[in-house]
Amino acid sequence: MKGRFLLCVALGICVLTLSLPLLAHHGNSAYEMEKSVTIKGTVTQWIWANPHCILQLDVTDDRGQVVQWSAETENPSSMVHYGYTKQSMKPGDQVTVTVLPAKNGKPIGRIVEVVLPNGQKLAGRGIQGPTKADDYPKP
Amino acid sequence: MEGVSTMRKSVVFFTVLLALLIISPLARPQTAPPKSGDANNQNAAPAAPADVDDWGHPVIAPTKGQKPAPAPRHDISGIWDPGIDPIRVIGVLGASAMPEDGKPQHQLPYTPLGREMLNRTKPTSGDRTVLPAETNDPVVFCDPQGMPREDLYELRTLQILPTPKSMVILYQFGKIWRVVWTDGRELPKDPEPRWFGYSIGRWEDDYTFVVQSSGIDERTWIDRAGRPHSGDLRVEERFHRVDLDHLELTVTIDDPKMYTKPWVALDRVPFQLQKGDYDVREMLCSPTDFAEYNKLIGNPVSERDGK
Repeated sequence: MKGRFLLCVALGICVLTLSLPLLAHHGNSAYEMEKSVTIKGTVTQWIWANPHCILQLDVTDDRGQVVQWSAETENPSSMVHYGYTKQSMKPGDQVTVTVLPAKNGKPIGRIVEVVLPNGQKLAGRGIQGPTKADDYPKP
Repeated sequence: MEGVSTMRKSVVFFTVLLALLIISPLARPQTAPPKSGDANNQNAAPAAPADVDDWGHPVIAPTKGQKPAPAPRHDISGIWDPGIDPIRVIGVLGASAMPEDGKPQHQLPYTPLGREMLNRTKPTSGDRTVLPAETNDPVVFCDPQGMPREDLYELRTLQILPTPKSMVILYQFGKIWRVVWTDGRELPKDPEPRWFGYSIGRWEDDYTFVVQSSGIDERTWIDRAGRPHSGDLRVEERFHRVDLDHLELTVTIDDPKMYTKPWVALDRVPFQLQKGDYDVREMLCSPTDFAEYNKLIGNPVSERDGK
């Protein structure tokens, strides 16, 4: 089951291996810190809430099986500084999401970047997002 | 005294910088904030939220590069924003002057009891991090952060309001407030513990307001990294008005039961003064929201066998 899932993730999507600068032991040890995965899918829910915003999307593999991914960001008060709003995504939107995936292989991740239907990119804070008020992305 | 040539260069530099700062907001497209329920405007670029608050009002970033105006005396009132640096201000690795990052210079001077109590905490951040479902961090169950953690984790926008007998501090994170008495009273001896303790404050000089707190409930963690404290904890906060637009906060921990000497937990963290109509977003621990988060993320990501 796990092997098939990993194959689904690898096929039909772009797997990026990034060398991410580490904030030592930052945040959640549940995620891979040194590689990311890019998935494309259809938004089913964009939860704009504390403690963390959660993007849920259906990702279809090459066999037509649908996997529901859950990808989290930081809280809304932080995410507004990275260009996110409550209305950034809605059910039906086709998005491309790069995440740090869960170590245990579940379809869960921490958002590094989202590409919206109109091509706009939103960075997750993740590891590399802006950290200071001065560095907010400008439209 | 600077040479004329150097002074001229500085003037030119700051003039250009000021011009760029003035021009750049005008170059930004004026996008109306999206209306909730707006029918499927999928092709429109979302509004620039860094510039718009939850009321749909534009938020003007403070201009940089201007010569700071002098600090007013005996005045730390206002809405103060420290930014969102994850280490220094949000404190993801614990108290930012002594983060839990494994470096020897950041090892705290624990007593044997202090080390024993440290080992009982299971934080979700820092060197001793555990998985979300394994933590005993009281905050994830929506217990109050209390003191000093309210200063040392998720230090967000503060609003400071002086009254004739007190200084009231409103905290964005958790939407809580503290009252610091300035009427000359002493700290109470052996009071009923409070999550946020008891606080008194006075002006040490014209620009530095010093707060002492004690009587803090032992259930609070000092910071996100799970550093412990006893009922004997004394916290000192120094609010220093640097100039008109800047405030700095320094926090010192003194708990002889847990630490062999006092240590600085927050070192001159800077805040920027905001305009009076600056809207502070709500950040609350809602048990309902946390339950939802744990259902979707916290619990499944903590499962060990991947099933």
